[in-house]
Amino acid sequence: MALQAMVSEPIKPCLDTVVLSAAIHMYVSQSDRGELVIGGGADAYNSYAQRGGLPVLQDNLSALLELFPAFSRLRLMRQWAGIVDISPDTTPIMGKTPIDGLYINCGWGTGGYKAIPAGGDTMAYTVANDEPHPLIRTFGLERFTSGALIDEGAAAGVAH
Amino acid sequence: MLRIECPYCGVRDEEEFRFGGESHVSRPSLESSDGEWADYLFNRANPKGVHYERWLHSYGCGRWFNVARDTVSHEILAVYRIGDPKPTLPAEQA
Repeated sequence: MALQAMVSEPIKPCLDTVVLSAAIHMYVSQSDRGELVIGGGADAYNSYAQRGGLPVLQDNLSALLELFPAFSRLRLMRQWAGIVDISPDTTPIMGKTPIDGLYINCGWGTGGYKAIPAGGDTMAYTVANDEPHPLIRTFGLERFTSGALIDEGAAAGVAH
Repeated sequence: MLRIECPYCGVRDEEEFRFGGESHVSRPSLESSDGEWADYLFNRANPKGVHYERWLHSYGCGRWFNVARDTVSHEILAVYRIGDPKPTLPAEQA
């Protein structure tokens, strides 16, 4: 699916933290160059287009303006979208596979930036010991057969 | 913005519809194993190219139908009713 983000024209410092709202699904922060970085929405349908749909962009900006009406006069400079891999329960899949020596670490769409340092560390342990690190034992591929799905909302900080 | 032609209402904007995932996925028998059931529930083709998928006209007639759509260009290649066979698409042979 295509997850999009966008950047406004640069303005003087006005926002010194990242603001994220799980309720209306939007985040915004200000870069060192003064641009606002805005994002949060993914198209609901399968896509390899690397561009986001207009309705999602509109929802995203409406959410931003609900929180910060003063930003309504800014112009957007750039908008883009990346392809994200989202698993059926929106939680990453990590661990061993039915094939000997083949390990998987995927499905990080929407949550990778924050959790991947721990993901890499536990994955290295898994490959070195040929058994899942205790922290990621429940994140294996077999959870889709056993039915023990995970709603790991904390990793992405957004409501699923 | 996708413009989708509902077979019952005509062309409308994407916001009137809800995406329903891959189409033509058939439910296995009650005797199927956990593995077969998991495959039915979770595994999808997710092709780069032509995707046969279900859409619901949720803010219109409330009916489900099928769409053949290119997942790279987002071009809608065919719209057909639930229960109809997959249409033959000239683009697929290219």
